[in-house]
Amino acid sequence: MLSLENITNTIHEWLNATFNPTLALLSEFVLIGICAIALFAMLGLSLVLMERKVAAYMQLRLGPNRVGPFGIFQTVADTLKLMMKEGLTPDGADKFLFNLAPFVVMIAAMMLLAPIAFARGFQIWDINIGVLFLSAVSSVSVIGILMAGWASNNKYSFLGAMRSGAQIVSYELSAGLSIITIVILTGSLQISDIVNSQENGWWIFKGHIPIVISFITFLIAITAETNRAPFDLPEAESELTAGFHTEYSGMKFALFFLSEYINIFIACALGATLFFGGWMPFHIGHWEAFNQIMDYIPSSVWFMGKTFFLIFLLMWFRWTFPRLRVDQLLSLEWKYLLPISMINLLVVTVMAIMGWHF
Amino acid sequence: MIEELGTTSEGYMVINIGPQHPATHGVLRLVMTLDGETIIKTEPHLGYIHRSIEKMCESLSYRQFVYVTSRMDYLSSHMNNHGCSLVVEKGLQVEVPERAQVIRVLMDELTRVASHELWWGAMAMDLGAFTPFFHSFRERETITDIMEETCGARLTMNYICPGGVMADLHPDFQKRVKKFVALFKSKFHEYNELVTGNIIFQNRMKGVGILSAENAISYGCTGPVARGSGVSSDIRKLYPYEVYNKLQFDEVLETGCDSFARYMVRINEMLQSIKIIEQLIDQIPEGEFQAKTKAVLKLPKGEFYQRVETARGELGIYIVSEGGTTPYRIKFRSPGFSNLSALPHLVKGSKIGDLVATMGTLDLVIPDIDR
Amino acid sequence: MFITNYIKDIFNGMKSLLTGMKITGYYFTHHKEIITEQYPDNRATLKMADRFRGEVVMIHDENNEHACTGCSACELACPNGTIKIINKFELNAEGKKKKAIDTFVYHLELCTMCNLCIIACPTDTIKMEPNFEHSVFDRSQLTKVLNHTGSKIKAGVE
Repeated sequence: MLSLENITNTIHEWLNATFNPTLALLSEFVLIGICAIALFAMLGLSLVLMERKVAAYMQLRLGPNRVGPFGIFQTVADTLKLMMKEGLTPDGADKFLFNLAPFVVMIAAMMLLAPIAFARGFQIWDINIGVLFLSAVSSVSVIGILMAGWASNNKYSFLGAMRSGAQIVSYELSAGLSIITIVILTGSLQISDIVNSQENGWWIFKGHIPIVISFITFLIAITAETNRAPFDLPEAESELTAGFHTEYSGMKFALFFLSEYINIFIACALGATLFFGGWMPFHIGHWEAFNQIMDYIPSSVWFMGKTFFLIFLLMWFRWTFPRLRVDQLLSLEWKYLLPISMINLLVVTVMAIMGWHF
Repeated sequence: MIEELGTTSEGYMVINIGPQHPATHGVLRLVMTLDGETIIKTEPHLGYIHRSIEKMCESLSYRQFVYVTSRMDYLSSHMNNHGCSLVVEKGLQVEVPERAQVIRVLMDELTRVASHELWWGAMAMDLGAFTPFFHSFRERETITDIMEETCGARLTMNYICPGGVMADLHPDFQKRVKKFVALFKSKFHEYNELVTGNIIFQNRMKGVGILSAENAISYGCTGPVARGSGVSSDIRKLYPYEVYNKLQFDEVLETGCDSFARYMVRINEMLQSIKIIEQLIDQIPEGEFQAKTKAVLKLPKGEFYQRVETARGELGIYIVSEGGTTPYRIKFRSPGFSNLSALPHLVKGSKIGDLVATMGTLDLVIPDIDR
Repeated sequence: MFITNYIKDIFNGMKSLLTGMKITGYYFTHHKEIITEQYPDNRATLKMADRFRGEVVMIHDENNEHACTGCSACELACPNGTIKIINKFELNAEGKKKKAIDTFVYHLELCTMCNLCIIACPTDTIKMEPNFEHSVFDRSQLTKVLNHTGSKIKAGVE
């Protein structure tokens, strides 16, 4: 059967047989870089289109339907337009930081791609602190946002950046705590270990109510971390016009826009890995026939399906809820999510020690 | 004093919301002094869409000036036209036929529903929820279609004219209004489920933008803004015009004094308007739709005043006549202006997010404020 | 008690959020009713209401005759100076001078579609057309002459 693992193994063997190991490794780096950039472009284009379609369907509209069949090339056309546009740098801006900020955000988003397991044996870097790496690097993007807000020399941007700082710093906590519940149950930070531990059932089913609670906390926290409605305060357009990227235009704006969607993808991929078993197919106890049918579906499809389901959930949130106020945002974190996830962590720890999960 | 750029001498940040800003629904400029996110002071700066409608009206005849008022508060253009027609009829001592009166009231109430629908969607959008806007436009579109069919325009109708209405009702009018009422009633629960009951929305609204009854009176607030503070100010009840004194409806009063109370007043007003429409739609009397008036209208020398309840509050029209064919002086008391004047008081000490939410509940139409 | 209230708050909050999501979820899955108009595509089927006020036109019959006497009632009724009537004097069959319109100038760019001219017209020769596609590249094209070339007044209209 054609699988991503076989393809990568074939390429790896062929490269090693043809060139010396150093050259092979270097060419693998280049290949991975090209693949990552291609994936980014594809994700950016498809997620923006998906968002617009989901929004349209919820709002009794058709959504983009002019460019190509069902408007599938609309985002391509938009990207072309953004590339053609002049990337303006305001006169009063700190020019170096202003131009650096979109790249910081983008690079942070790109680094996050490394430990994600896309399919069985298809992973860029199976680092042993994978989950820690993800949660650590994902907070780097806040530096880019702060940089953008500060360097723009615009009060709207500045307010947006400050909001973003407060928001991401707070919500990292509950996101981290809900990730730790899974780490406790698995006993490993490595992504492949976490996926393998869910072979006989996903954590969301195996972990009883505490894991469901930590999943909900995680979902809320990643919505806040990726700056999406109802937590889109950094760019709250009815309050701050466009928040931290008010002054950006052209491709620099597109990088912010793209990195937002990449971050959503990464966060949802992490959620799918932790709670829904990553690329693990859906198995029910002893239904052998059912399980084999499920096994027949490629692991990459399982992974993408779960990730896109979570992305759809986030979109559903965005197009339903009004935005929170900045103090309510913080009180939600510090008065509700943090105490709940701390107690939840204790419960899960007890559960793991006593072996009460499946 | 505020320096134009940067900060005040106390170190507070000065920021302009508007004239072009997504939250101001028009060209309103608010100069705000901020301490971080907290609002220290707000100054509305007006005049960006001033068209001197009052002065324009002085050069137009009593038939002609009515159409200009559609452009003041464009969301309740029927009510504006209605007020102008009433004041001219008062001066001319013209008795308007029963049929025209009923048609006028029906149109007013349909416009009120349409206006509140738009307010509901736009306000949810201010709070960051986009979907309600489209859901409210689904119903509003039905009303604008009815208006288009009968009045010939979708927004600036100019249908009510001195002496009655400009044309008779479209034959399909009753059928389509009934269809709309049925649609509205079947969809109304969505408004409450999607927005009113939402915990985020309630937290954004409750206890924010407190306007006490005394302050509402002293700022001259009218309409839903005053009624949200428990001040009875419905002109339809207090100074009934046309057939309003024969109708069964309640003046919606809330005593919460906050943004949520003002929100609930408008939501419940939609239901009351639907109630009025239901009472009238089957009882449109037969007869003339226009009273016999002279081709050139001349008001006797004197002063005439008439107030009507628009979707935003009390609209007063004051005409001084010298006995000629054009008004000597005309003055509109627009509801939006007084309601806006309460804004600096309402948002003092709250966050920027609250400013947007509070401004949403005031339901400002900037052309109405600037005229 | 504090803890019960706290938990109750959370559950009520979640419930209210889920009710909202139910509505949007319903419309996502039941995608039948489209409230937007696919405008340039539906031009063939798009039917404006008969009374829709789009622009003023003059009614001409098949003989290229209209009923405008050039009385200027519409010009007087117009609040914006949209209409300008230029009259000429023609000799009729009996050799008498008779007033008739030369050009009926209509400034569409000034018109607010208030319908007052239509009401003022004693012979009902002008009416509102439901055409709303007025965009042109040059502003001067919005100044229109309503009486067709070579048209003349109907017999019997005074």
